Amino acid sequence: MLIIPNFQTLQKNLASCSAANVERAFAAKRCSLNDLSALLSPAADPFLPQLAGLSKKITLHRFGRTTQMYGPIYLSNYCTNRCAYCGFSADNRIHRRCLTLEEAETEADILHQRGFNHILLVSGEARKTLDVEYLEALAGRLRGRFASISIEVQPLSCPEYKRLFAAGITAVAVYQETYDRPLYNRVHLSGKKCDYDYRLNTPTRAGEAGMREIGIGALLGLGDWRAEGMALGHHLAWLRKKFWRTAFTVSFPRLRPAAGEFEPLVHVTERDLSHLIFALRIFDPDVGLLLSTREEARYRDGMLGLGPTRYSAGSCTAPGGYANPEQQGEQFSVGDHRTLAEVCEKIRAHGLDPVYKDWDPIFQVVT
Amino acid sequence: MLTIAGTSFRSRLFLGTGKFPSAGIMKKAIEASGTQMVTVALRRVDLGNPEDDIMRVLDRKQYTFLPNTSGARNAEEAIRLARLARAASGSCWLKLEVTPDPRTLLPDPIETLAATEVLVKEGFIVLPYMNADPILALRLQDAGAAAVMPLGSPIGTNQGILTRFQIEIIIEQACVPVVVDAGIGAPSHAALAMEMGADAVLVNTAISIAGDPVAMAGAFAKAVEAGRTAYRAGMGRVSATAKASSPESGRLSDDLGFLA
Repeated sequence: MLIIPNFQTLQKNLASCSAANVERAFAAKRCSLNDLSALLSPAADPFLPQLAGLSKKITLHRFGRTTQMYGPIYLSNYCTNRCAYCGFSADNRIHRRCLTLEEAETEADILHQRGFNHILLVSGEARKTLDVEYLEALAGRLRGRFASISIEVQPLSCPEYKRLFAAGITAVAVYQETYDRPLYNRVHLSGKKCDYDYRLNTPTRAGEAGMREIGIGALLGLGDWRAEGMALGHHLAWLRKKFWRTAFTVSFPRLRPAAGEFEPLVHVTERDLSHLIFALRIFDPDVGLLLSTREEARYRDGMLGLGPTRYSAGSCTAPGGYANPEQQGEQFSVGDHRTLAEVCEKIRAHGLDPVYKDWDPIFQVVT
Repeated sequence: MLTIAGTSFRSRLFLGTGKFPSAGIMKKAIEASGTQMVTVALRRVDLGNPEDDIMRVLDRKQYTFLPNTSGARNAEEAIRLARLARAASGSCWLKLEVTPDPRTLLPDPIETLAATEVLVKEGFIVLPYMNADPILALRLQDAGAAAVMPLGSPIGTNQGILTRFQIEIIIEQACVPVVVDAGIGAPSHAALAMEMGADAVLVNTAISIAGDPVAMAGAFAKAVEAGRTAYRAGMGRVSATAKASSPESGRLSDDLGFLA
């Protein structure tokens, strides 16, 4: 059974790490959870250049000089949850919209024309407007055009994931937001998302359904980022043991300005974010690490090749925002406004190859 | 404490019972080893007969008996042997060995997996002997094997842990105990397996053909304990991949010049 240690335990372990523990973790053949604790601890702060160096080396060795590109499509901003930090929160007075299948297809076509081959379908949680039938039907329309289709929607049941897998959706991303249970309960005010355990076990259900790839993550700006990093390490290690046929990714979304005027509960600096990314890379050399357009261009350019392996570009977080750039109702305001072509130019300038296609629907037997 | 299928073992050294000069020496060697699990070849013993020369010297209350299917060339033969063993002994424990090549005695992965699938469904506690193939280990685990037993080198060769890198992957990935079996020719080999993080080792030839099998059994007991203690104390910290020099207080390298 998946058990994430409570934050007090994680924080106590982090606080007890010394520089010697950090040095030991650097020299370890395989980075254990104890080593990860050392790498994430305050004792590791002065070692940030060494963390970056090792993370860069491991990333180059495992992924080569490549960065994979993906594009999100926001399908709906209806949401029945009230989450203190989210622009889509049911309380917020924003322009609400759920794309029709035709409108969603138009958005996908635009991304396809721009050169995207890997797409991520995103929505708030409102089953009345966007359910499994909708996603199944949309996947049916899109699967011939894209190398892979991933979803970041409300948590679903295992049979529902099976249906979507059969329809051509191969990856599921679901972020715990915060692994700190009491804090989770505080920021999730009402709605189905209040159930910490149901959300925590969502990657497990997706794995049991045979999804090829599962993404986990923590929203940075809610809890102690070091402890969130440890919780991610625990979650990832557990999932790897249980689903050895599945690939995994981790995201590190930092809270961005959004409707509702929520102020981050903790300040996570670029240095902290980088620290977290480097430590996770050292802990798991094979995991895909995402760095979205939440971060600004300068930071994303700087991080190229140091740990992250997947970048989005030209993203719009309002449903219908690609066809109509004036569209209101975004989840958050993005930090990097450059087009795919502009981002790819920078990637090439860093000596990396932007990879547009790294999968093929032929793997999928569509029934 | 090592637990396999709900049974706990203080000793992480398992012993085979073949090739000893006499049943009496075998008994003393087993006692000197401190083992709690012994494997016996079904073709060698008469499990149902208390007067059998091997069975009569071993106290079945003291040791978990692990009958093995040594000699079976395919799944069908192994399954037949296993059923007979259970009928005679009443025990569900089974070390599954399917070795079609009598020269190398290397295990057949396809037949081993097929037999595991059948025997697990029939309620056996299956510990398959296998080549050190990490994917096979996971497939056997998924099929319900209670532990996996990858070989260090071909059985009886005393060559040690030649499959080290593969076994390291198995240990990292497997959810069931990993018992390194076959090829362990010296206490140092057993210690290495334990230092790598193996849950247990199974030794036979190195003890049974030693000049003094009883003394050698004692030496293996110490080696296994030392290797396990070293593993728990934090082995494997030596690597050429990276060295952290002394912290450069606050100064960022060229790589991180972009940070705000």
